Parts: sequence; C-alpha cells; structure tokens
Amino acid sequence: MTTMTFGKALNAGLRRALATDDKVVLMGEDIGTLGGVFRITDGLKAEFGANRVVDTPLSEAGILGTAVGLAYRGFRPVVEIQFDGFIYPAFDQIVAQVAKLHYRSRGMVRMPITIRVPFAGGIGAAEHHSESPEAYFTHTAGLRVVACSNPADAYVMIQQAIASDDPVLFFEPKRRYHVKGEVDETASLADAKPLGVASVVASGTDVTLVTYGGLVQTARDAAVAAAEDGISIEVIDLRSLAPIDYATVEASVRRTGRLVVTHEAGQQGGVGAELAASVTERCFEFLEAAPVRVTGHDIPYPPAKLERHHLPDLDRILDGVDRVMGRPNSLSGVEA
Amino acid sequence: MNPSDRDATGLLTRPDEFVQLVTPAGERRADAEYDRWVADVDTAALGRLYRDMAIVRRLDAEATALQRQGELGLWPPLAGQEAAQIGSARALRDDDFVFSSYREHAVAWCRGVGPAELLTVWRGSASSGWDPFERRMAVPQIIIGAQALHATGYAMGAAWEGSDAATIGYFGDGATSEGDVNEAFVFAASFDAPVVFFCQNNQWAISEPVGLQSKQPLARRADGFGMPGIRVDGNDVLAVLAATRSALDRARRGEGPTLIEAVTYRLGPHTTADDPKRYRTDEELAEWRERDALARVLSLLAASGVDSDGFEREVADEAGRAAAELRAAVTGIPDPEPMSVFDHVYAEPNSHLERQRDHYARYLAMFDDAAASGAEGSAR
Repeated sequence: MTTMTFGKALNAGLRRALATDDKVVLMGEDIGTLGGVFRITDGLKAEFGANRVVDTPLSEAGILGTAVGLAYRGFRPVVEIQFDGFIYPAFDQIVAQVAKLHYRSRGMVRMPITIRVPFAGGIGAAEHHSESPEAYFTHTAGLRVVACSNPADAYVMIQQAIASDDPVLFFEPKRRYHVKGEVDETASLADAKPLGVASVVASGTDVTLVTYGGLVQTARDAAVAAAEDGISIEVIDLRSLAPIDYATVEASVRRTGRLVVTHEAGQQGGVGAELAASVTERCFEFLEAAPVRVTGHDIPYPPAKLERHHLPDLDRILDGVDRVMGRPNSLSGVEA
Repeated sequence: MNPSDRDATGLLTRPDEFVQLVTPAGERRADAEYDRWVADVDTAALGRLYRDMAIVRRLDAEATALQRQGELGLWPPLAGQEAAQIGSARALRDDDFVFSSYREHAVAWCRGVGPAELLTVWRGSASSGWDPFERRMAVPQIIIGAQALHATGYAMGAAWEGSDAATIGYFGDGATSEGDVNEAFVFAASFDAPVVFFCQNNQWAISEPVGLQSKQPLARRADGFGMPGIRVDGNDVLAVLAATRSALDRARRGEGPTLIEAVTYRLGPHTTADDPKRYRTDEELAEWRERDALARVLSLLAASGVDSDGFEREVADEAGRAAAELRAAVTGIPDPEPMSVFDHVYAEPNSHLERQRDHYARYLAMFDDAAASGAEGSAR
C-alpha cells in the first residue's frame, strides 16, 4: 500500500495502462508538456513520448473524432476533456459516433475509448468549470458511465475503463484530486471489483443513501452525523452510473425500506430520477416511504459565491434523510 | 440567399480553373505537373476506368429503380460523380483505408463491396453492410463531415505505427462548412497525417448551392490550414486519378495531408426522397450533362483507335449483368430477427440491457404462447 492523492492515483493508473498496452494513447489539451491543468498526466509524455501522450489542438470534437479513427486503427485512446463544461463541442462525436459505432457496424468496430472528465463543483471555479453533465451520457445507449470517489478506486477504475472494449465516460470529481488515500499498486486487476459494481461504503439499517463522485465523502459524513440522532444510514458509492448496479442498491433498499439519492447534477432527468423510478418499480412493496432526491437545482451552474446554495451538502442530505424518515424537515406541512 | 443570386460566386456555373487532362470533347490535354502521375495509363487501363464508371452508373440506376419499386427504403444516387469516385478509389492501394459518406457507392465497388453488402443499409436490414476491415472501408457516415476526423485519426495512428498506408476521407461541398471537417484539417496539418481529403463538390447540398458554403473555390481553403489544395475536374477520371495519386504519394512520404476538390455535379436528386426541380433548372442540368465523364473517355478511346462502339456495347452488356445481380441480391438480404435489435449495443455484457432484452423476449413469447393456444389477435 502506498499513500497518494487522488490525482497521483490516476497518474499511476494511467502510467500502468500505458506500460501494459502500447496501443493506449493519451490525448488532450495541455496533457503532455504541462502534464494537464490538474497535473493528472504529469511526467507521462517524458516517459512514453509525444506519440503516446499527445498534446492536441484546442478542439474537443477533433480530439474525439480523431480518437474514433485511432480506435478503428486498433488503438485505445484515453482522452482528457479539460473541464466538464468543455465537453459539449465533442457531444456529436461521442453520441453519434463513439456510442453507436459498435452497434452500427454489427459488432465489427470496437470503440475502446476512455473519456476522462474532471467534473462537478466545489472549487470556486469560473463558469463552465464545475458542471455535472453525466446524465447526458447515461441517457446514451452504447456508453458506459462511471465516476470514482477515492484514490484506490481511481487507480483501479481508470485501468479497467481503458481495458474495457466499450467506450467509457470517466468522471473524476476534481474537488477530490488532492485527497489522500491508500492505493495498492501491486494488486492484480483481475482480482479487482468489476467496473460495473457499486460499493457499500457504510453499513446501515434505516436509510439507503446512494451517491457517486465527490459527494460520497459528504454522504459518509452525513451518515456519521445521522448516527448521533440514532438514524442508521447505509451509503452506497454507485461507481457505475450506466449501467447501474441495481442488485446492490435493491438488496440494500429491501433491508432499509428507504432510499435517498444525492448528486450535484440537477434533478430533472438525472441519475437520481432513474434510480428513484427503478427502485420504486423493483422494490415497491419494500418501501416505507417515497424515494427522495437531494440534488443540485435545475439551474445553470451559479457563480462561485453562490455554489454553496446549489451543491447538496451534509445538512441538505440530512434534510432529505429526515423527509424519507418522516421526521420534521424543510417540506413538513407542504402538500406534495 | 435568393434564387437569383444563388450563383453570385460563379462557382456553380463556371467551374473553370482546375486540373483537366481530358476535355469534355475527349481531347487529351498535356499537363506539366500531372501527366507523370498517369503515364502508365494505357488504352487498356483507360478502358478499365470506363468499365468501372459504366458499371457503377448502371448499378446506381438499378438501385434507384429498386427504391421506386419498394425494395429499398431510400437510395442516394451517385449519377454524375462516377469519375470523381472511380478516379480517386482506383488510385488507392489495397492497404489504404477509406472513410466515406453515404454516396460513395463507386468507391465501395472499387473496394470489392458486393451487391447485397451495398444495399443492406438502404433496405433497412442493418446499419452496415460490409466488414470495414475486410474491405478497408469504414461504415458509411451519415453525419455530415464527421468522417473527416475519423480519417485523420486513423492516418495519425498509421503513421505512429510506421506504416506507409494512406487514408482517404470523402465528403461533399456542404460538409466543408462543418466544424468537424475544419477541425480535421487542423489536426491533419498539425500532425502531418497521411490523409487525403477528397471533397466531391457536386454543387448542391440538397437544395443549397455551393455558393452558400463558400465564396471562393473550396480547394483554396487548404492554404489557410497549411496544406496543398488541388482543384480538379471531377468529371475527368484521368485527372482525378492523377491528382489523387499525387496526394497519396505526398501522404506516404510523410509530408502530410492534401485537400482535393473534385468539381463535379450530382445529376440526380440528393436521395430518392428529394425533388431537385424545386431548386435547380433544366438548363443547368443540361449544361452539366455536356461535361459527362463517360462520353469523354469513349471519345478518347476512339481517338486512340479503339472500336469504341463495340467496347461501349460490350461494357453495357456486362453492366446489365451486374444490375441483374444487384436486383437478385436485394431480395436475398435476410430480414433481421426481432431480438437482434439488442445485439452489439455493447461489446461487453451489460446488466441493464440484458434485463431489458429478457423482458422484451418474454413479451414476444406471449404472442407465441397465444398462437399455440389458438387465441386470435391479442396476446392477452
């Protein structure tokens, strides 16, 4: 075990992927000489060369479009979208090409492209630098969508994403980049938890609290705080947003009877909507209360000085827990 | 843009200033720069180019007829663009790779795509008809211009692997307004990618004249990206062959991309769902028919002492047989199985889709059960 930051864990995972398979190429803006604006690819160009760690022109569609061509040629491109809010110029290539080519070619053309996206807020950034666009991609057939929440997962999951023969949107909570954790760099990928499987990160009996990415730590903190009030929360780190590991979520909800989902992305059409609907369909007779969503507002990401009024935090999560528990809460007395 | 000034640039009706080796009248013109690229093209080779063009023209007409008869859902005719496609595709090596749009049937023909493979997509039976790696030609692209980037990426990869294989990306005049095409130019130039951008300027993007896309010949755009641009008579198969060979050679030598603008004309509709009478005149069509790609090759062959009438008949017979094969092939394309709607969404197992698939299989099975128990109509 080595103690390292989330960012270093990603760096180590990328290094191992580059060393393991010479068809792995990293592409992105400022990822080579600079090592990325978050330094996630620091040192990799010097180690593997300019044809393996490629500084590209400033064109997100160009990065994804050339990645498609490289995948046709047998490469495994790993592209970095510098910030979440910059991904939209690449949207057409991701949705119309990357996601569909395996289907369109009747399985003959594989698109093992990993799209790394530093995402979500909490760092007081300028506009377009704090967004949570994951639902656009979970809605797109042909893509896998994952979000990691800690250094150990980051190290393993980035390698699993690169090894996947399906395209993977890989969301990295940028506010967690500097958090340290234990990483086992010698562990075999074959023994690791599969990419599509969720983790129960705190056990509990009253409420199932599901989240992913940067809010996993907040949810764990909420569970500790709730315990002081005698409420036992089970926290699930979803890890994979598409497909969702319903087996893990269902097993928990059948025990607790209550579901709260929290994410930074807006509520409408979000991952929480999908979870609430599916869990209601699958576990209706086990539910003690309607599922509750604690999400960002359905607004453009606000200016830095307002982001604390947008992002779910410990207290808002606990308010959601109170709602699902039927305790006094912000909506007490309000007609549904 | 008003109909009256739709050709304000003159790009549509005065397509001069291009590389031309054979005039519409069939006269061979000397060209100091491009003659050397087709020095090996003797009468027999010229005859083969004619044969390709005549056969694909006949296949194209047959496919249009098949659409009219309800055997195909849609067909985008290539009529008028035979020389641009045959001349460029015959310049390729087997190990070169093609990224095309949806109208490059003649390119597909040159890559060995068979009749059923060609029609599968347009019959609606599957979203691709051939193995891209066997044919060295990607799944045809519907999204305008997206494939220019794919060609560039493929070429970058080939260069990184040390291969001297080249990549060619086909798109039309309308696509030159797309960001993807311009971004492909940037990437290809920056990385010296061994790619040839082959723009068939057929003058019309459905109803929009090329003058709406550009105020100057499209080939000139190359200069702004730092690559050569060649404007070639797209109805002159010899000139297209020469231009494409020169561009491919440059790519193989590691000197980077080239933009070729092949000036041609879409004689038919955009697709069988289009009515070009709504946006262009009979006079314009007649003018372009005068520049026909096939007639000029026959004239040149005749001037070289070939019995061109006899040759024309011989090729027409062969084209007729190819058309009959195409017609026979279309009904042989199997209808897809209902449950195949779920196939190949993912390369790896996917729990979500497997559940949806199982559910739909159960739903369909209800009809089988109903049929088995003698119920009529509803499954319930």
